[in-house]
Amino acid sequence: MTPALELRNVSKTYPPPTTVTALCDVDFTVQRGETVAITGASGAGKSTLLSILGTLERPSGGTVRIAGTDTSTMSDTQLSGVRAWHIGFVFQQFFLLDHLSVLENVATGLVYRGVATSIRREHATQALERVGLAGRMRHRPAQLSGGEQQRVAIARALVGRPAVLLADEPTGNLDTANGHEIVNLLATLRETDEGTTVVLITHNNDVAAAMERKIQLQDGRIVHDSGATG
Amino acid sequence: MRPRSRLRPSDALSVGTVGLRARRIRSTLSALGIAIAIAALVAVLGAAESSKKHLLDELGQQGNLLTVGTGQTFDGNPTPLPPTAQTMIARIPPVLSTTAVGNIDGATVRRTDRIPPENTNGINLMAAQVSLPSTLSTRILRGAFLGPLAERYPETVLGYSAARSLGIDKLTAQTQVFIAGRYFAVVGILDQVSVAPEIDTSALISFGIADQLFDLGDVPTRIYIRVDPDQVPAVAAVLGATASPESPPDVQVQRPSDVILARLQAKGAFVGLFLGLGAIALLVAGVGIANIMVISVLERRAEIGLRRALGARRRDVAAQFLLESALLAVIGGVVGIGLGCLATVAAARLAGNPVAIPLQAPLAGLIAALLVGALAGLYPATRASRLPPADALRTL
Repeated sequence: MTPALELRNVSKTYPPPTTVTALCDVDFTVQRGETVAITGASGAGKSTLLSILGTLERPSGGTVRIAGTDTSTMSDTQLSGVRAWHIGFVFQQFFLLDHLSVLENVATGLVYRGVATSIRREHATQALERVGLAGRMRHRPAQLSGGEQQRVAIARALVGRPAVLLADEPTGNLDTANGHEIVNLLATLRETDEGTTVVLITHNNDVAAAMERKIQLQDGRIVHDSGATG
Repeated sequence: MRPRSRLRPSDALSVGTVGLRARRIRSTLSALGIAIAIAALVAVLGAAESSKKHLLDELGQQGNLLTVGTGQTFDGNPTPLPPTAQTMIARIPPVLSTTAVGNIDGATVRRTDRIPPENTNGINLMAAQVSLPSTLSTRILRGAFLGPLAERYPETVLGYSAARSLGIDKLTAQTQVFIAGRYFAVVGILDQVSVAPEIDTSALISFGIADQLFDLGDVPTRIYIRVDPDQVPAVAAVLGATASPESPPDVQVQRPSDVILARLQAKGAFVGLFLGLGAIALLVAGVGIANIMVISVLERRAEIGLRRALGARRRDVAAQFLLESALLAVIGGVVGIGLGCLATVAAARLAGNPVAIPLQAPLAGLIAALLVGALAGLYPATRASRLPPADALRTL
C-alpha cells in the first residue's frame, strides 16, 4: 500500500539574514492510519517539519511524497489542491473565525473544494457530531471553552475526511483535562474516521504517549524513531 | 488526476464580505468616505443639470426677445431713438409685440423724504408702457401694473430688486415711495426679469407722468421686441435700419438671451472645477480604503494562513481582499448616489430650479466607486496573496 507520507533526505535552511538550518536529512515514512507524535525541544524543527509535511513550506532539499505523489514538482496552485483534499490542519491557536457560528467555521473546511453550501453544512453537522459538539452548532467560538474550541477546529480539519491530519501542539493552549480529551479524540480517529493518518507535534510526553509512534527531533535531525521502517 | 482547489463564485462573494461583517464600524467609516465623495460628484452634476435646465427653459422662453437701444456718439453722448422707432418696428411682420422704456436721469427713488438723497440704493427711474409685462413675459408679484390712472396720477411699479432694496414686501393702499421730491403710490411689484436686469433695479412710472414731471416726451431709450422664434436673426438684421432709417449705426440692437448663454458657459466652467474637487475627494477616500485594507491584511495574517492551509490558492486570497475593497467602495458609492440625488433635489428646490439628474451621474458615480475600490484593493490584495502560508500562521 502507498504510504501516506514519505520524506527522503529532507532539509530546510532559511535564507539570510537568519541562515538557520531547521531540518537536516530527515528521512521517514508514515503508513496510512498510523498515529505519530513528533517531539523535541523548542527550536528542534518540529513546526518546520509539520509545515513541510502540510505543503505550507517547501524544503530546501530532499523529496516529500504525499500519498505517493512527489510534491516538489508541484506548483503553488497544485499544492493548494493537495491541502484542500488530502490534508487537515489543527493548530495550537485554533484559528476560528469569531464572527462565524461553530457550524459555519467547520463548513469553511470545505469552501476551497467548491462544495455547495447545503452539502458543506450537512458534512459540518456530521463532523460536529463526531467531536461531540452537535448541541453547539449555533454558538459563536467566543461562547465556547478552550477545549470545545479546539474540538471545533478538529471538526473543521476532519469535515473533508482528509487522508492526513496534522496537528501542531493541539493541547498547548488547554488545561490537562481538556488536553486529554483532545488527544483521545485524535488517537481514536484511525478507528472512527476510516484510518485517518495523524501526525502531531508536541513537547508533552503524555500527549506523545497516546500516539503509536514517536519521532524525536533534535537540532533538525531525527534522534529517535520508535517505528522506523526505513 | 490531481485534486484541485475550487472556490465557487457565490462563496468568493461570501468570503469577500467576511472582513466587512467582522469590522462593521471600520467598514462603515471607510464606505462613508467614498459615499461623501460620490455624493459630492452626483450633487455637482445634478445641481448643474438642474440649473442648466432652468437656464435652457429660460432661453427657450426668452430667446426670441430683441432690444433696440440708444447708441452713443463719438464723444460719448447718447443718440436718442427716433420718435417713430417703436411704430416702425411694430410693423415688421414677424414682430409679435413691442414695449418701450425711457430712462429718467438724475431722479432718486427713496423710501421717504427722510432718507438722504445720496442713498439711491442703485435704483433707477424709468418710464414704461402698459405692454411691458406681456412683452417681457414677466409676472407681477404683488398688486397690478401701471394702468390708465397712472398716466395722470403719481403711481409706480417697483422692479424685484428695487422693492427688496426699499424693504417693500407687501402692498397696502398707503405704500408709497419718495421719487424726485414727491410721493408715488406703489401699485405693484414685478418678478425678476432675467433677460432685462435693468427692470429689476428700477421704479417704473407711466410715460404720461414722466412727461408731466420730467419733460421726457414720448421718446424711449430702449425698445423690447418679442418676435416669431423662427425669425429672430432675420428681424435682428433689419432692426437697426427700421428703427433709425437715417443712421442705422446710431442704435444698438441686442439679443438679451445672450446673457443666459454666457451664464450657461460660466456654469460649465464651475462644474468642471467642482467635479475636479469631487474627484480629489474620491481619490482621498480611495487612499483611505487602501490604507484600511493594508491594515486589514496585517491584522488578518492568521486568517490568510488558515485559508491557505484549508486549500485557498493565491488568487483566492487576492480575490477576497480585492472583492472586499471593491464592495466597500460600491456600498459607499450606492449610499453616495442616494445622498447626491437628495442633495440635488434639495438644491434645486431651494434655487427654484426644476429637478434634473442626468442618468450618467449615478452611473458614473458607481463606476468611479468600483474603479477606486478595485485600485485601492490591488496592492493589499497582492500583498495578502504573496504572504507565505507558514509565515502567516506563525503570526501569533
